[in-house]
Amino acid sequence: MKVLTTNFLKCSVKACDVSNDNFPLQYEGAKCQLVQNENIEFNPEFMLNILERVEWDAVVRVVSELGNAGLPTTKPELPADADQLSEEDIIILRDLHTLLIQTSITEGEMKCRNCGHIYFIKNSIPNLLLPPHLA
Amino acid sequence: MKEYLLYMAQVHLNFRRAELESLADLGGISLDFASYDPESPFWVVQLESDDQARALVKRSILTKAVFEYWGSGPDYESLHRDVQSRPGYDERRIRVAQDSFKFEFENYHGKHKRDMSEKIRIIDGFQYLGLEGTIDLKKPKQMYTIIEEYGRINSQETTDEPLRLRFGRHVQTSDRSAMDLLDLKKRPYCGTTSFEAELSLVTANIAQVKPGTLMYDPFAGTGSFLVAGGHYGALVVGSDIDGRMIRGKGANANISANFKKYGMEGRFLDVLTMDFTHNSLRTGLPIDTIVCDPPYGIRESIKILGARDPEKFEGKEKVMIDGRPSYLNRDYIPTKKPYSLDALLDDLLQFACERLPLGGRLAFWMPTANGENLETVIPLHGNLELKYHCTQEFNKWARRLLVYINRGPNYHGPTNTGVKRSSKAFRDHYFSNANR
Ligand SMILES: C[S@@+](CC[C@H](N)C(=O)[O-])C[C@H]1O[C@@H](n2cnc3c(N)ncnc32)[C@H](O)[C@@H]1O
Ligand SMILES: [Zn+2]
Repeated sequence: MKVLTTNFLKCSVKACDVSNDNFPLQYEGAKCQLVQNENIEFNPEFMLNILERVEWDAVVRVVSELGNAGLPTTKPELPADADQLSEEDIIILRDLHTLLIQTSITEGEMKCRNCGHIYFIKNSIPNLLLPPHLA
Repeated sequence: MKEYLLYMAQVHLNFRRAELESLADLGGISLDFASYDPESPFWVVQLESDDQARALVKRSILTKAVFEYWGSGPDYESLHRDVQSRPGYDERRIRVAQDSFKFEFENYHGKHKRDMSEKIRIIDGFQYLGLEGTIDLKKPKQMYTIIEEYGRINSQETTDEPLRLRFGRHVQTSDRSAMDLLDLKKRPYCGTTSFEAELSLVTANIAQVKPGTLMYDPFAGTGSFLVAGGHYGALVVGSDIDGRMIRGKGANANISANFKKYGMEGRFLDVLTMDFTHNSLRTGLPIDTIVCDPPYGIRESIKILGARDPEKFEGKEKVMIDGRPSYLNRDYIPTKKPYSLDALLDDLLQFACERLPLGGRLAFWMPTANGENLETVIPLHGNLELKYHCTQEFNKWARRLLVYINRGPNYHGPTNTGVKRSSKAFRDHYFSNANR
């Protein structure tokens, strides 16, 4: 599961939707195995579009749980048009590409901060199914 | 405005117009369908420029190519007369007269293959064009195409001589070759539920999947629609309640291996083991397009999370294994219960209007009837405009592609959600299937 996906997943328990704590899920760094796939090509325009969809606070939070505390607290300000990207912008985007797209959690656990339910990531695939008493 | 000739594939005729119209809309091109003949492979359209023609046809699957239209006729003599007398002839000709070029022959319906000497004789007949560029068979700047349309005498035979000739300057080849590139036979991972390349690409086109946007397939299975969406540049994410489907058969035969083979790993976000009706995609995540093939309850049953018989599961959440509730075991498999197709599709439509942007599209496939030929009813939601329903006929059954546009809460279209649309017999049929 790509690090970017952590930014898209909330708890599947419907009762947790009324809480603000059902997103992002909590990742226990020590239990998460990370791998990097350097073959995934960098496309600045594509990255720009993706960043528009990202909740930055959640990225910072999850990434620090996974053991990287170096992200700025506010979303980098980038031009909307890929043609206007400066060299510095490209470096930022490239780093985010490495972090969000090239890095995956292959094994791990994620926990809802509201209900405490734990979801597993096995063979890079997160399992968001629920037992009957939570469904 | 100039005249362009669209040369279309004679397959899936029910889908051609929807595809062209969707691509025109995507490219901000206005196309007048008044003269469109759903049965013919040829259509002369008015477009502003070569660029517009390219934008229209570049990603089409059911079109073969587009040409700047120079003329037509029942035989070569009439063709040459038409080419020279059509308005704008000199302008068209002089603009490209210095460019390197070659001639190409296309043959519609004909069995007759012209040999080199015949071709040269025909090409010589175009001397009057005054093309002064060099002939370049490998990388010509311009390609002049003669499309010879033969007539059908019966199912076996065609006429010896063409019935009609069309001539034009090639502007853009379509994306039809993608159906070969993405052919299931050559795909590392596919299965019985995989959707053929051609119509999955057409589906992505009619759904207007755009580069750099997010596409979601809630019932991803082996990921056929994810591949089609990725091909058109979207970041794609899928889910399926059945972990085995999306896991595949090892690192060289799974969905991610498919994306790797096609050189688009960066567009594959993830597949999630998830019940669509207990969705984990966060509220507020903009999903631009939803494309899928939901379970119909015919070949596979429709199930969602939950106990069919809740009493049997009462208190089970208290069962502990190694000091931990058993449901928090890494290998715990939750129980599932049958669900109805009506309810699942209602959920899908509801999800689409909550998550799609205004103007965003939902496209999914549905059988027109179940295994016992009982009609299924097209589901409708008040905030979604049903834009297309295109039917694909097979020998014993048919399915249709339904495409909706999210019009938002101020749109009040017809609705039939929350009612039992399928006939009772249909429901009994798939429930009995689900229980099997
Ligand atoms: C017709 S198949 C789709 C196949 C897919 N288009 C492919 O390329 O293989 C329907 C899929 O829906 C899945 N499914 C059934 N119920 C579901 C649910 N409640 N949530 C998510 N997926 C479900 C099934 O496991 C099955 O893989
Ligand atoms: Zn929760």
